[in-house]
Amino acid sequence: MSQSMNVADLERVYDRLAEAIDRTGNDSELFLVKLALLAAQALNDAERFDALVECAVQDL
Amino acid sequence: MHQPQVVPHQSLYFPYQVYPAFLPSPAILNRSPVVIVGAGPIGLTLALELARYGVRSIVLAAQQQVCEGSRAIVFTRRSMEIFQQVGVSGAVTEQGLPWRFGNSYYRGQRVFRMEAPVDPHDRFAPMTNLQQQYLEQHLVEAAQVQPLIEVRWGNKVIDIEQGVDGAVLQVDTPGDTYSLEAGWVVAADGARSGLRSLLGLKLEGASYEGRFVIADIRIKLDLPTERLAFFDPAWNPGNTVLMHREPGDIWRIDYQLPVDETPEQALHPDSLRERIDAQLAMLGVENPVWELDWSSVYSARALTLAQYINDRVIFAGDAAHLLPIFGVRGANTGFQDCHDLGWKLALHIKGLAGAGLLASYSDERVKAAREIIEEAGKSTRFMAPPSRGYRLLRDAVLSLSLTREFVRPLYHWRTSRAHDYADSRLNAVDDDNLLFTDGPRNGAPLLNVRLADQHYLFDELEPAFHLICFTDAAVLDADVNTQVQALRRQGVPIQVIAIAMNGVSQVEHADLTLADPDGLFSTRYGVQHPGAAYLARPDQHVCARWLQLDGERLRHGLNQALGHNGSNQP
Repeated sequence: MSQSMNVADLERVYDRLAEAIDRTGNDSELFLVKLALLAAQALNDAERFDALVECAVQDL
Repeated sequence: MHQPQVVPHQSLYFPYQVYPAFLPSPAILNRSPVVIVGAGPIGLTLALELARYGVRSIVLAAQQQVCEGSRAIVFTRRSMEIFQQVGVSGAVTEQGLPWRFGNSYYRGQRVFRMEAPVDPHDRFAPMTNLQQQYLEQHLVEAAQVQPLIEVRWGNKVIDIEQGVDGAVLQVDTPGDTYSLEAGWVVAADGARSGLRSLLGLKLEGASYEGRFVIADIRIKLDLPTERLAFFDPAWNPGNTVLMHREPGDIWRIDYQLPVDETPEQALHPDSLRERIDAQLAMLGVENPVWELDWSSVYSARALTLAQYINDRVIFAGDAAHLLPIFGVRGANTGFQDCHDLGWKLALHIKGLAGAGLLASYSDERVKAAREIIEEAGKSTRFMAPPSRGYRLLRDAVLSLSLTREFVRPLYHWRTSRAHDYADSRLNAVDDDNLLFTDGPRNGAPLLNVRLADQHYLFDELEPAFHLICFTDAAVLDADVNTQVQALRRQGVPIQVIAIAMNGVSQVEHADLTLADPDGLFSTRYGVQHPGAAYLARPDQHVCARWLQLDGERLRHGLNQALGHNGSNQP
């Protein structure tokens, strides 16, 4: 894993995501899937993406 | 009593002809080495293949005319190459519409363009569109002039009893029922195969929920012959629409149905008219004038039998597997079945094959079907998403594709292609396959080579093994020639093609010498030095290649390719 995001940046991501989900309303699920695909493309690491999926499906 | 329809099917463009039913009488032939059940494109192509090797067959056609509606309309280059072998490619080329581009649209924007590669060494276009009735008609005409084929119209199999060295079919006709003995039965009786049911065999795999209407209309549209796919169009939200041009100003429109709609509702004339008008309006056609030729409802299935040989019954085409139409995999897969099966069954019947040859048909083609199912599943999940998750992902890709290049390849529909039997048991094990750096590897089909204007390597291929020898000598290697002669004496059909390197014009003892003045042939086959050779099976798939061929290596390669699996005895 690369180094962790600093708290200020993490807070910024937190707010951005929350606002975008609110703004997209009924389309928020579609928005999140698009975002996941864009993030996967930026990550450029299919195995790491698999691990992130496994992490995110836990403890729902 | 079996009573096929004797009124010609209705069609805007195809002149249906009702053939007289075959009725049994005491004088009829009641035994054939091969009986093919089904006179569709697969059954007839197989009969023509078998005839090339001198094997007689009786073809049972349940109906008395060719198929109703255009059905399979896109034929791949590989299918055309198979048609060439059975003598109908000229007629299909003459009538058909060649094409190579596919376009996917979302929100009025073309978000993906497929370009099928074109090689100047290929005789045929990547795809050719022609209505299936025409193809069947050409195949029927070819079969009718072939004395080794008897087509029996209006003959339906109602029972089968399998024995050790053959099977007995009970055949119903518009007259009496009769018994027909077959050394081998080929079930080419389509998606709803009666033989599959009679033998209690089950297909394995997945069926998809998404249903499509297939409608053929006659209309003049000023559009090129390209595949059109529309995702989530305004008139059919969330669903997919496909269009293909057919000869004679006929257009195929496939559109996905809302989940809760029944086929009866979908095929109601008012429903068809409203939706087809909406699709045409989206293309900018105001007040469209069109006539409906044929319509049907289709749902994607990806199923195969686990084995294609059941004692004396061999399955081919849709009787063996049901594949999604996305990617033109239905009939095009069936033709490759025929091409794989024809020579194997023929050589088996002639006693030239080892135990492994006929079995390799099932191995190779079941594996091919499973690979196609894997690929076709991807296309199907994109065209008609089967679950909420797949729909979300598909919709996300549609949306991103408007601006993001990286998702656009996901639109690719993974077109049917020539199969590669890389791990076939018929491939040589001790040859130089892995030492070649270029050219078709073991299992792949031969590469066509343009020899002159309208003259290609594949034009020359006979119903035989093809030994392609690269040489700079004026005479075939004596040791190789001795082996070739010995194999021929045993009855193994083998065609020797010499590729003359370094200015030689004629190679003695070769059946055909092809000059290679600019080294083009050699380059295409990755051959740098004289003495190299390729051995291809009669279905044109490479089964051995050597940097330096000798008689012993040739004998080993052919033994393997004949299914003897390493034993030295053909």
